[in-house]
Amino acid sequence: MDTTDEDRADALFHALSDRTRRDIMRRVLAGEHSVSSLAASYDMSFAAVQKHVAVLERAGLLSKRRSGREQLATGEVDAVRSVASMLDELEAVWRGRIDRIDELLARSPTRLTRFTDSSSPDKET
Amino acid sequence: MPVIDISKDIDTRTLTITAEFAAPVQRLWDLYADPRQLERVWGPPTYPATFVDHALTPGSRSTYYMTSPEGERFYGFWEITSVTEPTGFAFDDGFADADFAPQPGMPVSGNAVVFEPAGDGTRATWTSRYATAEDMRKVLDMGMEEGAREAMGQIDDLLAEIA
Repeated sequence: MDTTDEDRADALFHALSDRTRRDIMRRVLAGEHSVSSLAASYDMSFAAVQKHVAVLERAGLLSKRRSGREQLATGEVDAVRSVASMLDELEAVWRGRIDRIDELLARSPTRLTRFTDSSSPDKET
Repeated sequence: MPVIDISKDIDTRTLTITAEFAAPVQRLWDLYADPRQLERVWGPPTYPATFVDHALTPGSRSTYYMTSPEGERFYGFWEITSVTEPTGFAFDDGFADADFAPQPGMPVSGNAVVFEPAGDGTRATWTSRYATAEDMRKVLDMGMEEGAREAMGQIDDLLAEIA
């Protein structure tokens, strides 16, 4: 690790050393949140939550953009993702598809006719 | 678990995954050829897929969208690049706008699937490749429920390392 990496690690570890900030990260990694909706989730002032968001932003863990009056925060998944871990995520996506194929085939293993009634997918034959 | 083999190539950002199913090759083909069956397996239950146009013929474009739990739609397309009925096909998978026009600058993955007989069943092998790491990140960010769950698992791992 060179000095830059060490500095980055310091910022990262500091940013994640706080329980509220870790909780914010879990939320913004799952999807974009407005800072005001984040603030509403915690028993603290808007300014305090905004400060936490700023620490995470400086550490490169989230990014913000403006939408009208809202400030929207998104987790920088890059910061916690390597190519290897992204391949693991893709694996999870494909495993999900394969499980669903297996399930569908198990219900109609030899059926050659098309499913025509998509509104009631549970109806067989 | 039907998955029998997985390989990941970090340098080429390629995932290869092999699974065996207790159904004949033709049945697998039929599943992929029928948009009503295909949409039941393409998206996770929380992000169900809806295929609008779909035909497994070379050069044809399939169009689909995935619907988030909040009702937001993410549009995509498949460009069918080669077809060997009933043993497999290849397709590029990309992001589209609401009119199903490809979104410039958004990633396109190169995918192929091969079905081969294995005993009484079928062995299927999928290959999925992204041009850049940034492309992979964008794809994983775009409403993939499984991906998001993994990302959260990773931050927990990261936190475990710190602790």
